[in-house]
Amino acid sequence: MEIFTQANVTFILTGFLKTLEISALAIVFSIILGTVLAMVKQYCTGKLSIFKWIVSAYIELFRCTPNLLWILFIYFTVKGNDVFISVLAFTIFTSAVIAEIVRGGFNSIPKSQFEAAQSQGFGFFQSMRLIILPQTFKTIIPALFSQCTTVIKDSSYLAGINVAEFMFSAKVVMGYTSNLDQVLLLYGFVFLLYFVLNFGISLIVRAYQRRVVAA
Amino acid sequence: MLDGLLDPRRWEITLSSMEPFWDGFFFTLQVVVAGLAISLVLGTILGIFSTTRSRILRAISRVYVEFFQNTPLPVQVFFYYMAGPRVLQAILNTPSPVRISSFVIGAVGVGLYHAAYISEVIRTGIEAVPRGQMEAALSQGFSRVQAYGYIILPQTFKVILPPLCNQALNLVKNTSVLALIAGGDLMYNADNFVSTYGYLQGYIMACVLYFIICFPLALLVQYLEKRSKRKPRAKVIPGITTDAAKEA
Repeated sequence: MEIFTQANVTFILTGFLKTLEISALAIVFSIILGTVLAMVKQYCTGKLSIFKWIVSAYIELFRCTPNLLWILFIYFTVKGNDVFISVLAFTIFTSAVIAEIVRGGFNSIPKSQFEAAQSQGFGFFQSMRLIILPQTFKTIIPALFSQCTTVIKDSSYLAGINVAEFMFSAKVVMGYTSNLDQVLLLYGFVFLLYFVLNFGISLIVRAYQRRVVAA
Repeated sequence: MLDGLLDPRRWEITLSSMEPFWDGFFFTLQVVVAGLAISLVLGTILGIFSTTRSRILRAISRVYVEFFQNTPLPVQVFFYYMAGPRVLQAILNTPSPVRISSFVIGAVGVGLYHAAYISEVIRTGIEAVPRGQMEAALSQGFSRVQAYGYIILPQTFKVILPPLCNQALNLVKNTSVLALIAGGDLMYNADNFVSTYGYLQGYIMACVLYFIICFPLALLVQYLEKRSKRKPRAKVIPGITTDAAKEA
């Protein structure tokens, strides 16, 4: 039996699109939440330092436990459609990782930048938005992109909770054949698409780094 | 959800059926040790390959690293689990598919995957020490072994230890991939508990147990990172070194 029929290929590619959709949404939300967390951890001092400790605990908790645990946890506790559950699970986990990346970026910005902004009459949020964050993101773009590949790769964990993403769809199709060659072909196809996507991203990062070094 | 979470009876039941959790915990630890051994050995070999002059060895290392870094670990593990037995059957020409234990799948799975990352760590470590360091050491009368022991390796370790421990941390977390293929690890047993009893406590216990393994590693990474940023200081010998040397 031929496994690469039009229906099967369309089915698998629909799964691939779902992988892209979930990863893209999760990354956008994680960057937003991660930046907020990093700002709290970096700048909430004095009376506000209780928030700093909460965020530190949050970051350590998610850094020290597996992604799959939180996928299963959210799947068990939250009701909703599969994209919502997946994006939520990945956002709470990935935002902790991104918070540490952003904080590393903050540390690379000289303190004088912040002081200069304040002395010019910028408020905290203005100096953040106009002075600190643009410089921070410029330095952390490579790390953020490699986190993107991590999210795309880890989204295949979602096959474990039967979200119809790429790996899951491929597995469903594999269920229809017992021919080893066909199974290997399908795995080749799955590996190839993941590889092209992630390798493409890493090529972009390398080109960016070369440009930054050259500039 | 909160009612069930605070229900003391549920906690009692969970705490009285901790056996599968500990089984999974120790199984996970075994997979971690074996996976770490595989990835360190293979990663070091590949890392050295990528710094040699031979084009073929460099290409082997490059292709390996790019493949394993750019494809998902769960897909690799599904592959070993679903296709592995029959591929081995075809290769070894046995009458029936070769059974692969989940321990082997886990150790080989995370081992091969993290070898790619460790190879990159080793490569940057080797490249971080300029060639001139060895030449300078030899010119000062160090033997080659002494030069490695006193000059080269301390500098290499300083660079590679923090990311190496970080990889160990990620490796521990990634062993949870075994839960996807009914591997009997901590995550799988915890998930089993939750689907049997319907208590969220199972995930919380798993969370605590993973944290027990990973948090010391995370602290170690932080400590090593801080230490690697410290600049080397000349030993202060009163009366001989000046204050300026102390400052620098």
